[in-house]
Amino acid sequence: MAQATRKRPVAKTEDAAVSARIAAQSHFRILRLGTPFQPRLDALAKTQDWYNWAGYRAPHSLRDEELEYFAIRSQAALFDISPMTKYRIEGPDAEAFLDRVTLRDVTKLRPGRVHYTAWCDDEGFVLDDGTLFRLSPTRFRLCSQERHLPWLLDSAIGFDVVVKEETEAVAGLALQGPTSFAVLRDAGFAGVEKLKIFDLADFPHDGGTVTISRTGFTGDLGYELFVPADKALSLWDRLMTAGELRGIRAIGYTALNRARLEAGLIVANGDFTTAEHAIRADRLRRPDEIGLGFMIDPEKAHFNGRRAILEARARRKLRHVLVGLEVEGNIPAEHAIVYHKKHQEVGLVSAAMWSPMAKRNIAIASLARPYGDTVVEDLWVEIYAMRELQYQKLMKRAKVVARPFIKLDRRIANPPADF
Amino acid sequence: MTSFDAIVIGAGHNGLVAAATLAKAGRKVLVLEAGSEVGGAARTEEFAPGFRASSIAHLLNRLHPDVVKTLELEKHGLQFARADFLPSVALSKDGPALMLHGAYGEVLTGANSSEQSAWKDLRAQLLRYAGILKPFLSRRPPDLAGMSLMETAGLGQTALALKKLGKEDMRDFLRVLLTNVADLLDEQLEDIRLKGLLAFDATLGSHLGPRSPTSLLGLYYRLAGETGGAAGAQVLPQGGMGAVVAAIRAAAEKAGVTIRTSIAVARIIVEKGRAVGVTLDTGEELRARTVVSAINPATTFLDLVGPREIDTGFVRKVRNIRMKGDAAKLHLALDRPPQFTGADAAAHKGRLVIAPSPDHVERAFNPCKYGEFSPEPVMEITLPSLADPSLAPDGACVLSAVVQYAPYALKEGWVAGKPKFLEAIMARLEAYAPGIGKSIVHAELLTPADIEARYRMPGGHWHHGESQADQMLISRPVSGWSGYDTPLEGLFLAGAGSHPGGGVSGAPGLNAARRIIAMRG
Repeated sequence: MAQATRKRPVAKTEDAAVSARIAAQSHFRILRLGTPFQPRLDALAKTQDWYNWAGYRAPHSLRDEELEYFAIRSQAALFDISPMTKYRIEGPDAEAFLDRVTLRDVTKLRPGRVHYTAWCDDEGFVLDDGTLFRLSPTRFRLCSQERHLPWLLDSAIGFDVVVKEETEAVAGLALQGPTSFAVLRDAGFAGVEKLKIFDLADFPHDGGTVTISRTGFTGDLGYELFVPADKALSLWDRLMTAGELRGIRAIGYTALNRARLEAGLIVANGDFTTAEHAIRADRLRRPDEIGLGFMIDPEKAHFNGRRAILEARARRKLRHVLVGLEVEGNIPAEHAIVYHKKHQEVGLVSAAMWSPMAKRNIAIASLARPYGDTVVEDLWVEIYAMRELQYQKLMKRAKVVARPFIKLDRRIANPPADF
Repeated sequence: MTSFDAIVIGAGHNGLVAAATLAKAGRKVLVLEAGSEVGGAARTEEFAPGFRASSIAHLLNRLHPDVVKTLELEKHGLQFARADFLPSVALSKDGPALMLHGAYGEVLTGANSSEQSAWKDLRAQLLRYAGILKPFLSRRPPDLAGMSLMETAGLGQTALALKKLGKEDMRDFLRVLLTNVADLLDEQLEDIRLKGLLAFDATLGSHLGPRSPTSLLGLYYRLAGETGGAAGAQVLPQGGMGAVVAAIRAAAEKAGVTIRTSIAVARIIVEKGRAVGVTLDTGEELRARTVVSAINPATTFLDLVGPREIDTGFVRKVRNIRMKGDAAKLHLALDRPPQFTGADAAAHKGRLVIAPSPDHVERAFNPCKYGEFSPEPVMEITLPSLADPSLAPDGACVLSAVVQYAPYALKEGWVAGKPKFLEAIMARLEAYAPGIGKSIVHAELLTPADIEARYRMPGGHWHHGESQADQMLISRPVSGWSGYDTPLEGLFLAGAGSHPGGGVSGAPGLNAARRIIAMRG
């Protein structure tokens, strides 16, 4: 025994290596990571209503959901998007690599532009959707809900490209709302008025640079800002100071979620289940089944899932369709079952609300074809309204309508309006 | 310029079988071979002045009867009679050898009577069980996504065959199916020489030891092959393996196949998800409706097609095919025939195996797991010039041996390791055939690294992918694409990397051609 416990030099190095490894893996000691903006969020978080966004502590709300929602639509709302997964993709083959991985034609995405895209596995099932930022001819940033590093690295085989996760290194803010342009201008970002929708440019900030794009998840005038994590707080303060008289307000996800629903935008693992998360075989979705069919370009170079997607189209193997619904009445149809002729189950509502902007009761639903596709008449949703400790079952007529549910001219107006 | 319906890449025996079968069905077929000769690893080559040997495959034991029939190979001079069947000889350093005569031991000599009767039972059982699996060799693996009526019927027949075994036998079949060969041998046999021979045969050409789970499948795979209508029978073709390929080539050319050698394919041309032809390394483009790749699946997809034209998941699967060879090939030019201890003249013309016991085979396997070669390797030896004097000068002798275990990724590297491994092999040979060392005129040892370079077999693996349970049937070469067609329309696989696998069987080539014909490709 004495011999066994005596430490030899070799064993000591091994021990040191093990302790170093353990020290490097201390992430599990923190249940939810904070983002680079956490000190500011913590100071504002009156509701202490947190949720888990990709391992980060993110607010559902900070003070009042209603005020936060109306900040998006009437003032300027500041939302921390740092937990969003971000990949830096760089190299001579970056364009070809992304063109193979993602659905839309990346050769048509010019430097200084952003597009919304999605990517699929071999069977054409959607792995995720996200935004692709072309920072230069050979440098991109891909933002998404889920993590995809192994998939991206394996996809990089045969391409001269470097893929790096930069979720932690880069902090992100969404500044959305009618006064967002004025806030940026007043904060001193000269030239920001030149940004058209889906444009991006670099601006000096605190001895470094901030990348500002005219993008967002609200259907409103708005911008997204990306900075190195160590410049995060100074950026927050710069915006908050400049926006004070323009009604700037930090918001949580509940408000944003309403705005995005009005804009008709979908959320991965909210409105559809991503391929790597789906356990049940019938939960997988091809782009055509979640309203992303417009991204498919059979004429572009080969992309993941191409064979399966085109085959599914040719053989009519598409089983689902994602639609916008307008529901009679004013009770949100959240997670309601959709019926045809009031008795046959044909789908489920994934998100619903009374829209203060559209003044309509709106919803996003997934339906089993042909319902929602060729059969759009006689659809109903079953809403359970809780009224003084009793459910009242409401069968409400639902009409398939176009998304987005609201269209705001200020979102794309050039130059952006000064409010 | 002549246009072709199909271009076959690689004139290994499977490529030639596929080409001949397609041509017989009326296709105009062009075969492109990068090497200067056809045959791939099934050639007869001169390795020293006046000495010739079968390059890699040296024994014929599984040329599929459907291939013989379809290509009418008997008309092209390929005929084997019972008298040609080679015995297997378990060599001993001291004492007489144990011999399996006829088709894999119809008669056992050199063992006591109780062992003989035990062997009779075990042999019958092995053949019975291998017979259940045998029909799978000659058809596509079942297509789980959309099974055709024919496929369902085929599976039904297998179920029926299982049922016919009877309850006890069926249970035993299922019990041992994925077991290791050593346990089964220990259950039924006593003689470690016999057990050593069987343990060697079960693990030959794979990264398994006799105690590795599933190692029994290797024995079934061997016994699912047949020669001259007899399961498990083996022959040494006159003129070496090159003669077999010559017969297949003759059949192909008679059917109208054009064969061009020393033509390397640089790329498979893909347009809109469809393979439409090939680009040669000279830059020349050749187009055809169907492209058949009878070379390694990884080379096909990662090098010739390239990852850009296929999906990430498929690239993953192809890269994960395990294909690191463990077998080396030894060719000795001897100035006189060697004398193996305890072996008579008939034994010398047979397949001589140095694998004294299952333990010995297992110990030979152990170091290869850690990137080292066996210090006491196991091997199968043939002396082809004894029956075919044309292979060696008068009075001289050719020794051809497959030697295990020689891991492809040798830790010290094969430049440094090769002379040491040759020394280890020679020490074993000297122990079993005293004086053999002094008779060597020339020695050629092909390590997996050499085999990779010379025969374009990644990993130096002759089966173009480990032949283990997880890379068989519906998982060969990769799951989802085991039926010879590929994610690229118009591109088919026809080599040993596809089901049923390696060995000079022609089955992958034949099955692929049948599939192409069925798809009207």
